[in-house]
Amino acid sequence: MVITRGLAAVGRSSLATLSSIGEVALFLFSTLSHMVRPPFYGREFAMALFNIGWLSLPVVGMTAIFTGGALALQIYDGSSRFSAEAVVPQIVAIGMVRELGPVLVGLMVAARVTSSIAAEIATMKVTEQIDALVTLSTNPMKYLTAPRVLAAIIVVPVLVGIGDIIGIYGGFLVATGQLGFNPATYVRNTADFLQAADIISSLIKGSVFGGIAALMGCYFGMNSGRGAQGVGRATKGSVQAAAVLILAANFLLTSLFFGS
Amino acid sequence: MITFDNVHKSFGPKRVLRGVNLEIAKGTSMVIIGGSGTGKSVTLKSVLGLITPDNGTILVDGKDATKGDRDAFLARFGMLFQGGALFDSLTVWQNVAFRLLRGALKRPKAEAREIAIEKLRRVGLTPDVADLFPSELSGGMQKRVSLARAIAAEPEIIFFDEPTTGLDPIMSGVINDLIREIVVEMGATAMTITHDMTSVRAIADNVAMLHDGVIQWTGPVGQMDSSGDPYLAQFISGSAEGPIEAVR
Repeated sequence: MVITRGLAAVGRSSLATLSSIGEVALFLFSTLSHMVRPPFYGREFAMALFNIGWLSLPVVGMTAIFTGGALALQIYDGSSRFSAEAVVPQIVAIGMVRELGPVLVGLMVAARVTSSIAAEIATMKVTEQIDALVTLSTNPMKYLTAPRVLAAIIVVPVLVGIGDIIGIYGGFLVATGQLGFNPATYVRNTADFLQAADIISSLIKGSVFGGIAALMGCYFGMNSGRGAQGVGRATKGSVQAAAVLILAANFLLTSLFFGS
Repeated sequence: MITFDNVHKSFGPKRVLRGVNLEIAKGTSMVIIGGSGTGKSVTLKSVLGLITPDNGTILVDGKDATKGDRDAFLARFGMLFQGGALFDSLTVWQNVAFRLLRGALKRPKAEAREIAIEKLRRVGLTPDVADLFPSELSGGMQKRVSLARAIAAEPEIIFFDEPTTGLDPIMSGVINDLIREIVVEMGATAMTITHDMTSVRAIADNVAMLHDGVIQWTGPVGQMDSSGDPYLAQFISGSAEGPIEAVR
């Protein structure tokens, strides 16, 4: 009896997970199809670019500069164990550009933007604003979801690029100010070591992570439950899902780009 | 004309509509009354496609409401939502002119603003509220803005979902009078759901009472008090005694 109940619970949970994956996939296809079919809502798109991109700059900059500085200290300490301190510029650069830049920016965007999108759309749903959009002949997927997801896909790579530069600069400040590196040599070593593939992979990751962050915000917002509790659950669920999916996508993309 | 033919809708095990049959003649004002949770909003939202019925058909001027061009279909409707449902991120005039700023009914911005201000005047608001945000308005003013938005594109059919909920009796009276005036003036077909009997008497040409998922009684508002229907009589009197079970 206990075993049967346990199996039933596992079965229900598996079905629910598969159902959610299917729903998110359909939501994604619907969003993509609305991105390429008119009408297009330029004002909504511009607002999303501003909210996701410009307003995220402070948090991205702060995160990147401290991470770059900490990374320089860690690498210096670790590499000094086998007298390889000279690799600090190269490892900071590759660490920031390939991994920490895109992942941290993705997670910051998930924390700041995904939660905000989910709470906004969920509140709109609870207060019947989504229904009002429909009655005003406006498709909510086209008006709310498509502009936000498209804006995130475009603007998060820019944030990642800025985060990469600021992170490397954080490492540079620590290395030259505290660890005794020569500034010109540090810059030259960084520039010489980085390859175009590193930068391109970083930007592609940013684009994918941005898309995930906005998509999860919209999906959970559109599917929120009733009342304040529904809004709270949607917000929490969206950030959790976005963070996990960003980390999973990071692994898959890293395997794809650098696995061999 | 709007026709409900044997419309059913369930949410999980809960059967909300169990065969709604109702006709709303063109240019008349139908008010649907009934207790909380009897499916009034579901009935209204089913016409607009916000909720899909499980069975039955809804015809608008003889055409199935679920088929055909959605945009063209919805362009014929205006709706006043219970809570106003104004868009927080847009100013009052942008809310009112929402339909006129995008889509098939798009007009130049200046013209859309002019129409919005004219509609605001029609519902008793001065042009100085046009550039405010909905959060800066009182509940009564938000209702008026929502009403202005509902009539901005001069729809043929207007739905009112609990138009006086949350308003004081005087403001309720003002909104009721406005609705009646506007519906008559525009010659629109109106469908209102409410459990406010003052609204019913002010707005309705005809009344339908929804109970237990079906239309329990329907007829002209003038016959409502002498209908002889025990359900309707109990609802009008607000008595706890009668065929409608009142949970204490």
